[in-house]
Amino acid sequence: MSPKAGQRARVRLVLAMSDIFEGLKAAFWLLVSMDRDLVEITLRSLQVSLSALVIASAIGLPFGTWLAIRRFRHRRTTIAVMNALMGLPPVVVGLIVYMLFSRTGPFGVFGLLFTPAAMIIAQVIIITPLIASIAHQSMRELWADYHDLLISLNTGPWQRIRTLLWDGRRALLTASLAGFGRAIGEVGAIMIVGGNIDHATRVLTTAIALETGKGDFALALGLGFVLIGLAIVVNLAIHRLSRTEREGRW
Amino acid sequence: MVDTILPLVLSGAVVKRRGKTLIGPINTEISRAGFTIVMGPNGSGKTTLLRLMHGLERLSKGAAVWQGTQLEAPMRQAYVFQNPIMLRRSVKENLTYPLRLRGVSKPAAATIANDWATRICLSKALEQDAMNLSGGEKQKLALARALIQKPDVLFLDEPCANLDGRATREIEELLLETSRAGTRIVMATHDMGQARRLATEVMFMLRGRLHEFAKAEVFFELPTTPQARAFLNGDIIE
Amino acid sequence: MTRVLLQGVLVFFAWVSLCQAEQMRLAVTTSFHNSGLSEILLPAIQSELGLNVQLLVVGTGQALRLGRAGDVDAILVHSRAAEEEFVTAGYGTHRREIMYNDFVFVGPSSDPAGIAQANKAVDALRAIALLQAPFVSRGDDSGTHRKEQVLWRQAGLDPSDFGSWYRAVGSGMGAALNTGAGMNAYLMSDRASWRNFGNKSELALLFAGDPALFNQYTFIPVNPTLHGFVRHDLAMALEGWLVGEQSKALIESFRIEGEKLFNFNAKGVD
Repeated sequence: MSPKAGQRARVRLVLAMSDIFEGLKAAFWLLVSMDRDLVEITLRSLQVSLSALVIASAIGLPFGTWLAIRRFRHRRTTIAVMNALMGLPPVVVGLIVYMLFSRTGPFGVFGLLFTPAAMIIAQVIIITPLIASIAHQSMRELWADYHDLLISLNTGPWQRIRTLLWDGRRALLTASLAGFGRAIGEVGAIMIVGGNIDHATRVLTTAIALETGKGDFALALGLGFVLIGLAIVVNLAIHRLSRTEREGRW
Repeated sequence: MVDTILPLVLSGAVVKRRGKTLIGPINTEISRAGFTIVMGPNGSGKTTLLRLMHGLERLSKGAAVWQGTQLEAPMRQAYVFQNPIMLRRSVKENLTYPLRLRGVSKPAAATIANDWATRICLSKALEQDAMNLSGGEKQKLALARALIQKPDVLFLDEPCANLDGRATREIEELLLETSRAGTRIVMATHDMGQARRLATEVMFMLRGRLHEFAKAEVFFELPTTPQARAFLNGDIIE
Repeated sequence: MTRVLLQGVLVFFAWVSLCQAEQMRLAVTTSFHNSGLSEILLPAIQSELGLNVQLLVVGTGQALRLGRAGDVDAILVHSRAAEEEFVTAGYGTHRREIMYNDFVFVGPSSDPAGIAQANKAVDALRAIALLQAPFVSRGDDSGTHRKEQVLWRQAGLDPSDFGSWYRAVGSGMGAALNTGAGMNAYLMSDRASWRNFGNKSELALLFAGDPALFNQYTFIPVNPTLHGFVRHDLAMALEGWLVGEQSKALIESFRIEGEKLFNFNAKGVD
């Protein structure tokens, strides 16, 4: 690299670092002042993504487990499809949900479009395959371990699922948290079905998109750091509550 | 509900996997009382035979018939695996698990579990994670977990294969007690000395067939087939 | 004691009125929203009419689509041809012009194509095409984009023939400006969005003032006979306010860094 080019590169690096520093400063001031709008959109982000997490886990965890222990004809295809659905582009899901819940659409009567409910529905669709897939993988290994014993003990299918769910709960938690991470950072689908309406459906990610679009990078970065912090706090809290890293337990 | 699910009658029983015959045809019977040892070189089909009897392998041909109904027989058997399968729970929860499956109340199950834990000298480890036990402790726990179900028939697949002398002795003592109390035991083993110590009758497996079946004294003193004789001699037979 | 009681009563009434605030959905274009005018207008609408207007900030194309589906109660856009189509097709009841501003050309402050010296908008565009200087287009069929296409045609050029210097990004005004700033390219933007844009980087306002760059914002209520659930009453109330004196005052006095951005021009129904 020529000295001139090296110099230019260094200048750009310094500028970028200063942008990031501005972002950190913005994040700090937002938090310290407990900016009312920030609190509102943060709570809404949590409301939407945690609700989606609970519903998606309620569907995905048992399904992934059931898939691990049941043998049926199209099992391999089902597993392949479930894994493939992990790659569903969120914005496409948003578009489809919009069309379904549009007032002229089949479910329009419920009036859910542009409300947090529609956002939750879209996120449930996006993260359920992810949760089910990870759950399936760990449950498969656990089932391989427990298989002979549980058959020998004459367990019924529901007893098996319950046993696997309980004994494999740490791995299932990981699956759920992966889903939460995907949901809290998602923006494409909820932008379309939520509309990013101020004081109604605006959340951290859509606010970041908005501020970026206005060119206010410092604020956007600030919100971004708040989002990162939020994700970390939620993860830590859940790990703490489930005492995953307690001495002596796997 | 019958008195006992024995005898188990195997007629023309064959287990195939992927077109290959693992064992069979086998014609034999597990009678009402006794301690059966299944012996034979590696690959002779001992494990498959045990799993077949317990219902862990599906018959490709023939029949394996217990006394009593379809639902009864499986409930009154228990199995101990060569590599103990521990539930990822505490020692106590491993013991209460089979009881809770049958609807025994929590406090009642806890009491029974405590008694058994004491019996196998693991009462200090009740709250410990079962996965953290030593090999011998795990196997004792597996055995206790099997016996806690009060089975009519107990199957064991080389339970002491990976254990030291002390653990082996504790397990053998427990097995003899159990046998004397009336439980029918069918056990595969490699250990000649163990076989002599425990067996009332011996099934000798070779290349998937039941080569010889005789009372213990008869088998050990006067084996009829040359292969059995070679085996008792300690030779390698194929 | 009576003072506390009175305050309590007032608070209660305020709370009750808030609870009974009516709610409608209005789709507006990104160009309108990025100016910041809505932050001034919405609170006034809330207090004057007790009306809570939920803004969906989308591209013109999407706004029209939402109006067609009845997912919003009214739209505020700036693309005359598309608006007339919308009303003729029966999706909207009528067009009501509210205010106008203008489009401007922004570009690298060094102005390699020299458009600052151009007399008319079409001359500026010709200069850019001649030099093949990087140009970022909205490319999203929005009001801004359609205006841009009209101008190219008036300049005697066909955008479909353009080489890779012409970059259609298919996004809103803000995103397009970001891209333009990143590429140091020429762009056509509405004045208000440009003024309020926070990432100008090396871009500067180079050309403005040609009457051809006139940009009219129009309010269209969605047709209630097509979609019975649409809040046509609220849309009409909002329209009434938008063409009224208070709205005029707020719009005319709206400034960014001392610069006036919109001109109120509402009159009779079109």
